[in-house]
Amino acid sequence: MKRFLIPALFVLLIAGCSSTPDVPEQGGAPVESRDANTGASVATVTTPSLAGSKLPPELTDPKSILSKRSIYFDFDKYEVKPEYKDLVAAHAKFLVSHGQLKMLIQGNTDERGSREYNLALGQKRADAIKKMLTLLGAREEQVESVSLGEEKPKNEGQNEAAWAENRRGDMLYSGEF
Amino acid sequence: MLRPLLKMRWLCLVACGALMLLQTAARAELTIEITGAGANRIPLAIADFGGDPGVSRALTSVIRGDLERSGLFKLIDTSGAVLTETTSPAYDDWKNRGADALAAGSISSSADGRQEARFRLYDVNKLTALAGAAFVTSSAMLRAAGHRIADAIYEKLIGEPGVFSTRIAYVVHSGPTRFELHVADADGQNAQAALKSREPIISPAWSPDGTRLAYVSFENKKPVVYVHSLASGQRIVVANFKGSNSAPAWSPDGRRLAVVLSKDGGSQIFTVNADGSGVQRVSTVAGISTEPFFAPDGQTIYFTSDRGGSPQIYRTDVNGGDAQRVTFEGNYNVSPRVSPDGKSLAFISRREGAFRLAVMDLASKQVQILTDSNKDESPTFAPNGRMILIATEIGGRGVLSAVSVDGRIKQRLSIPAGDVREPAWGPFSK
Repeated sequence: MKRFLIPALFVLLIAGCSSTPDVPEQGGAPVESRDANTGASVATVTTPSLAGSKLPPELTDPKSILSKRSIYFDFDKYEVKPEYKDLVAAHAKFLVSHGQLKMLIQGNTDERGSREYNLALGQKRADAIKKMLTLLGAREEQVESVSLGEEKPKNEGQNEAAWAENRRGDMLYSGEF
Repeated sequence: MLRPLLKMRWLCLVACGALMLLQTAARAELTIEITGAGANRIPLAIADFGGDPGVSRALTSVIRGDLERSGLFKLIDTSGAVLTETTSPAYDDWKNRGADALAAGSISSSADGRQEARFRLYDVNKLTALAGAAFVTSSAMLRAAGHRIADAIYEKLIGEPGVFSTRIAYVVHSGPTRFELHVADADGQNAQAALKSREPIISPAWSPDGTRLAYVSFENKKPVVYVHSLASGQRIVVANFKGSNSAPAWSPDGRRLAVVLSKDGGSQIFTVNADGSGVQRVSTVAGISTEPFFAPDGQTIYFTSDRGGSPQIYRTDVNGGDAQRVTFEGNYNVSPRVSPDGKSLAFISRREGAFRLAVMDLASKQVQILTDSNKDESPTFAPNGRMILIATEIGGRGVLSAVSVDGRIKQRLSIPAGDVREPAWGPFSK
């Protein structure tokens, strides 16, 4: 570094000694002085991490149906398929018996198309799960349906198998969000 | 004797700092490649600027780089020519080299350690000076002086303002839990992170005064709309209602934002003050209404809706009421953005399974597809309306691409270490 700095210093010393030439007016194109600085500096903000807390064991025990939290959807479909009715019913029952718990449902889509439009499509999936849960007794204020759109793919692949994994609604309980 | 010496040392430190900053900037992350150029490029000679060789070389290359990348100029070789803004140009020589226009200038440091860049632009055929200006800047912002000079040359020769002094925002995704919202000069240099998060960030939108960005952050496990002041890093939650909050768009006066909320069921467009107060519903038809974008009149909102069975673009009054359908070709038309002059609409259209950038002339309703790529997203107009920046994918990687509104000029901006996405082109700098 020093080797480069010394010649640079020398060159700049010379430059520092030269004086600014006066610019004469020429052919209707005066030289006017303006401030060149365009933008202010940018301060960097780092978002805080969320801390998780302990869940009731039924929700994490692999033998319990309640450990299953994902519901998969067909391409361009937004209704909960019959094969997931028992799973949704089990979670509804759990919410009824644990009135202090809250649930966040995150809807997801595959990556094709507009991010914001996919966010709205993911919302339709989350809303469908929420509707079924509340019909089965969960309280409206217990359940929040939101969308992650295409932003949090479970499978990053770009093929039908990956997309099918990403067309999904996930049920999270208090302490997981 | 001591005082002038000390002063000289200080001056040199400042100047060296400027040099080092210039070198750092040259290594910055975003690189631009030109993949197409205009048909009739103006032959333009930009002589090496006078002054300290290191500093002036860097300045000259900023100016040349800006103008060349625009695709509208053909740079004429200036080797061997020594002239500044104070020299009377040898017009015949420049004519022989094939130049129609000639720029010359110099850079010098003033006693307070700031830099002054001066230039003059000449019409080689009419043998006259067309424009001249001096820009004073801190050493750290020397590139800004280059962009200002390039803007002045561009405006004089093209007849519309240049956008070299503007900034762009975009999101870099460089790992499963690494998302960064960056702000950079329009040439991709001088990139700075405004926000670093472990969760996704989408839909950045510049406030009309260029001081703030609205965006959607998922840092709370759900989409929430923030307004972020760039200089201070202060963030205001504009919409965090139950459900999803997304798709912010500024009104042209910068007082209100259109946002999409699911709090009342479905995805519906609302307007809200920039501090989060005064929420008003705009769309009322059940289902999806999203991606609002204000026309320059501040009265009309363009948006995407599935109300007709497939996603199409509609427009409505900001106070609500009936919406008119705008797109009819194809069954997937999304992400409407009105041009700064209000005369055309950029959007993404699915054609034969590929998502491509389209532009509609709003008066004639003629649609032109501008790209042949497969995964175009998130169009954003340059403030002079000449180029549209989009996110697209090349070789499985997210890159940004700038396309001229006639489809002829194409530039690609990429970062080797990650996906670049969600571009937003900022307003003219004051």
